[in-house]
Amino acid sequence: MPLLRLKKKQKITEEQIAAIVGKENVDSSSSERLVYSYDATPNYQSLPDFVAAPGNAEEVAALLKLCNETGTPVYSRGSGTNLCADTCPVHGGVVLLTKRLNRILELDKENLTITVQPGVITKEISDTVEKEGLFYPPDPSSMKISTIGGNLSENSGGLRGLKYGVTRDYVMALQVALPDGELIRTGGKLTKDVAGYDLTRLFVGSEGTLGVITEATLKLIPKPESQKTILALYQDIEAAARSVSAIIADKMIPVTLEFIDQDTLKAVEDFAHIGLPTDVQAILLIVQDGPKEIVDRDIHRIAEICRSKQAVDVRLAASEQEAEQLATARRSALSALARLKPTTILEDATVPRSEIAPMVRAITEIARKYNVRISTFGHAGDGNLHPTCLTDARDHDEMQRVEKAFAEIFEKALELGGTLTGEHGIGMTKAPYLEWKLGKAGVAVMRGIKQALDPSGIMNPGKVFAEAASEREANVK
Amino acid sequence: MMTEKDKRQIQKDFQKNMDYDELLNCMRCGFCLPSCPTYIETGHKEKYSPRGRIALMKGITDGVVEPDEDIAHSLDLCLGCRACEPVCPSGVKYGHLLEDARSILQKHKKQSVPVKLIRKGVFNGLFPHQNRIEAATGLLGFYQRSGLSKVGRKIGFMNLFPESMAAMEKILPEAPTKKEIRERPRFFPHEGEKKADVALFAGCLMDTLFFKTNNATIRLLQKAGCDVTIPEHQLCCGALHGHNGELEQSKKMAKQNIEAFEAGHFDYIITNAGGCSAFLIEYDHLLAGEPEWADRAKQFVSRLKDISAILVDLDFHHQHHLQLSPQTVTYQDSCHLRNVMHTYKEPRILLQSIEGVRYEEMEGANTCCGSAGDYNIVQPEMAMQILDHKMAKVEKTEAQTIVTANPGCLLEMKAGVERSGNKGKMRAVHIADLLVEALEYSEENQLVR
Repeated sequence: MPLLRLKKKQKITEEQIAAIVGKENVDSSSSERLVYSYDATPNYQSLPDFVAAPGNAEEVAALLKLCNETGTPVYSRGSGTNLCADTCPVHGGVVLLTKRLNRILELDKENLTITVQPGVITKEISDTVEKEGLFYPPDPSSMKISTIGGNLSENSGGLRGLKYGVTRDYVMALQVALPDGELIRTGGKLTKDVAGYDLTRLFVGSEGTLGVITEATLKLIPKPESQKTILALYQDIEAAARSVSAIIADKMIPVTLEFIDQDTLKAVEDFAHIGLPTDVQAILLIVQDGPKEIVDRDIHRIAEICRSKQAVDVRLAASEQEAEQLATARRSALSALARLKPTTILEDATVPRSEIAPMVRAITEIARKYNVRISTFGHAGDGNLHPTCLTDARDHDEMQRVEKAFAEIFEKALELGGTLTGEHGIGMTKAPYLEWKLGKAGVAVMRGIKQALDPSGIMNPGKVFAEAASEREANVK
Repeated sequence: MMTEKDKRQIQKDFQKNMDYDELLNCMRCGFCLPSCPTYIETGHKEKYSPRGRIALMKGITDGVVEPDEDIAHSLDLCLGCRACEPVCPSGVKYGHLLEDARSILQKHKKQSVPVKLIRKGVFNGLFPHQNRIEAATGLLGFYQRSGLSKVGRKIGFMNLFPESMAAMEKILPEAPTKKEIRERPRFFPHEGEKKADVALFAGCLMDTLFFKTNNATIRLLQKAGCDVTIPEHQLCCGALHGHNGELEQSKKMAKQNIEAFEAGHFDYIITNAGGCSAFLIEYDHLLAGEPEWADRAKQFVSRLKDISAILVDLDFHHQHHLQLSPQTVTYQDSCHLRNVMHTYKEPRILLQSIEGVRYEEMEGANTCCGSAGDYNIVQPEMAMQILDHKMAKVEKTEAQTIVTANPGCLLEMKAGVERSGNKGKMRAVHIADLLVEALEYSEENQLVR
């Protein structure tokens, strides 16, 4: 297609973008470019050329078409809370903000669905449906800030993943703008729908590399009538990890089963001041919900299991308020750890939950081997841990050791039947390792899909698939 | 406009003076975003968020961006309310970064001659001299009492000023005479059982324009069992200077204040203005670079308390019966009292202990009203937008009385009452004045009984 190539040589201009989104919704000032040059991933920063905020799906599609014709990279961005550099515009081009697409379009109480635009804040969805006695379970730690568009693109998890699954499990239908300027709709308000490939699932978690989600219909469930929270305290990290596997093996599926080590406890308590126990090696934060009798029974049983696995104490949250404080404190864990050192690098290697104890042990050993400080917290119940390295990006020697340590953690996770990332996405940080998980043929299938939908490679380039210049340890091996 | 030379110099100053570890401490999680009034009011513009502003400061320091008017505007538009600090899990000291950055930009600002003169007059000529503030207040009192203010309003004199200042003129409290100010005693004995020796930080505006509120504060302290001293030679806290990039002047004022409060033994230093107390409590940070002052500053800071906090501590509300005619009351936090002094429960406890009061918590009571020191004068548009949204929330509570704990907030809420057409239906008062009103109402009521 020689014509297309010819067009690609034309550089995109601010006037062209303004013609689509309006003059006031495009900006190329250096301050604007700087504040959209990063997300929450440490050590990634790159300035885009333009920042554009389309006001509806048609404008998104038209903007993608323009970028496609001019060969301009485009990165969709919600609130920039991403943890794998997925919203960092590494190749310049256009940052596409979803902030003006921020409306809840419909709450359908007959079909138990909610239809939203991508720029709606996740918590707003939760709050809206809970007022009606309904429940949208996915609750990433950043839910007060993150947009649903970001959650969909990353297939975000959260604290309730163990019992309720992740974002993917609540998406019924999407509207997606494609690089060629088409708008497509996938799925529907349907429990059963096998018409063709499951494109809904393809776009969820595609990290902005295939298209831009412009609308989503989410599944809701009835709000559980009650819930209870306990803390189990341990002086032995592995005993805590063994409790996790034992609870699951006993056919108990709590909503939340979080693991927090002492370092993290101290940092969080320093911020939240809610009286977390900081004199123990680790705690488990456990929540169960449902009908009151069942919650009481489950919590009682879980407490027994914890005690039998050497918990030194098991405490029940006295009130709903205290339970909420504990959950909020847990959500602040990563940012609270940032108090301790200038740079905090976290990963989310995930293993089958039966392997939690060996994984926790391996992390401790690897940290010792490379002489780096790793604090661990995470959604232990679903095998999703967040080993977080406390370091200083200015210390190059240490940073190299950090990279080596993480490479070994990934290797161990895969060896135990796990994966590189449970809920944060591949992005740039794990792109070099993708092949370890999928093999050459697996990556080739993904590249084929990418090629089919985005032949010009304008959608979030540099993400998911490793580029030659990557610095991570995978290339050294 | 900034010249190339200015830009280079600003960048050098950022590299030299900004606390780089503190800049790095922001890990960009974005937890601050929902707490930031200007981020919300601008429809989620990152450059008007704390994370964005820190990134801009770091960007200048790293040489990724050049300083320009746009970046200066992003920092200017910050209210300095510091609502981002208590919600920051990493504990980034945003307020300090902001003050340092503003101080550098201020140094290099090309200002017109009149603006320069006014700044010099206000920051160096007026506030560091309490006697001059007293004289100015005396003039204001003359203006109000002589009927000139009415004439002024009629002939549209105030139309010459920005809308926000013209609105301000209408809601200024009745100013005391110079004589009243100067003849007030410096010592007030406790009533009932003695519980503490306290010194009142009188404040520049509180002790002139809000003279009555200071007197109310003293009375409450006496009733709570305190011997109250107003140490001589104290000055304005220096907050206006600090927030406007005039750090050197504020350091001088801090030193004089520390000295003034060393004259005598006091268990506590009491303030009744959230904005001042938040600046006072950081004197140790302000003077951290001066070893001979560091300890003295720490001593000063450790004794500082807001009036509502000490009243709750001393159990004032249980020892005195407080009552008002039946009314709905709501409380607007002073951002600095809440976010920096961490005093927010106590005012609510006190208000809820008044018989006859139906206390109604306002949605978003913890967010800025738009006053923010002199923000409503320098950024009138954004300030008014914020105030209008605030008044809508006040109206939802159906309160007749809005209580605040800082003079700036009080004036802003008074302006809000006027602006939203609620004059006559709603009033704004300082918590100290309302508590004295409740004491008096209760006493009268008991006499009648």
